[in-house]
Amino acid sequence: MSQVLSPGTSAPDFTLHVTPDQCLSLSELRGKPVILAFYPADWSPVCGDQMVLYNQIRPEFLKHGAEVLGVSVDGAWCHQAFAKARNLHFPLLADFEPKGAVSKSYGAYREGDGVSERALFVIDKDGVIFWSYRSPLAVNPGADGILDALERLTS
Amino acid sequence: MAVSKMPVTSSDHIQGDAHAPITLVEYGDYECPYCAAAHPHVKLVRNRYGRQLRFVFRHFPLTEIHPNAQSAAESAEFAGAHGRFWEMHDLLFENHERLGIEFLFAAVRSLGLSETELRDALAKGTYTPKVRDDFLGGVRHGVNGTPAFFINNRRHDGAFDFPNLAAAIDSQL
Repeated sequence: MSQVLSPGTSAPDFTLHVTPDQCLSLSELRGKPVILAFYPADWSPVCGDQMVLYNQIRPEFLKHGAEVLGVSVDGAWCHQAFAKARNLHFPLLADFEPKGAVSKSYGAYREGDGVSERALFVIDKDGVIFWSYRSPLAVNPGADGILDALERLTS
Repeated sequence: MAVSKMPVTSSDHIQGDAHAPITLVEYGDYECPYCAAAHPHVKLVRNRYGRQLRFVFRHFPLTEIHPNAQSAAESAEFAGAHGRFWEMHDLLFENHERLGIEFLFAAVRSLGLSETELRDALAKGTYTPKVRDDFLGGVRHGVNGTPAFFINNRRHDGAFDFPNLAAAIDSQL
């Protein structure tokens, strides 16, 4: 099992599709905390879904000035349909080509399964990882760890 | 992350003995099909453990995907203010697919409560803070979706059916 990048590590920059015709780079968000949430796949069961939870909790993240980004190996069209169906208001990034490259750079890729791990990173305004956590694949980690980290980061 | 302190207070909706060795807390959303599916299993659990178990229900409406969840939760609080929380709770879960305002009015009427008062409470947001407090408390306690069950403060990550809930409870008795 891979080891996710530890606190204190500089967060690897990336540029990924956020819609079929738009890309987003991590470095564009420099100056504010960023929550990177790697997850295995779009379309997991509705109400227990991690992205639905973060969407609902997003106002709490924004109180800390933090942006949340979801990352999976699903393609941009898939993300677009998923975001529309779940009414998501934050970007889902497609780690699609080369497949899983960004997930791998964060130590958050499952080689055998070909999907991202359920891994969370809180990155500070200077682009350094402040907190990271890898959850068992079947367990949605919730948001309490993220909020604790944001509180420590911005206090 | 799955274990946290979440003291039961007088603002909670509680069924069962305050001194019971097991406290089962559910964070739920009345419009969530998984919560509705779990509802009869929770009743089985309550019947099975009797005085050994205290049950607490807190609101966790996922309003971005369930447009009626907030008003349903506030309606349950409205009924609770008149001592009828659990009857409304049952009605809401048993009708989770049709929780529009017409149903909410009909439900309070069936409990002998005033739909005019419900309308005013929803319009004024009388119970909005209580529902928000439940939700934000849940976020901090590690709720990761709905339903979320905690058995003596430990999040239950297994299935939400009677055998799985009972096995998790037995492991703490």
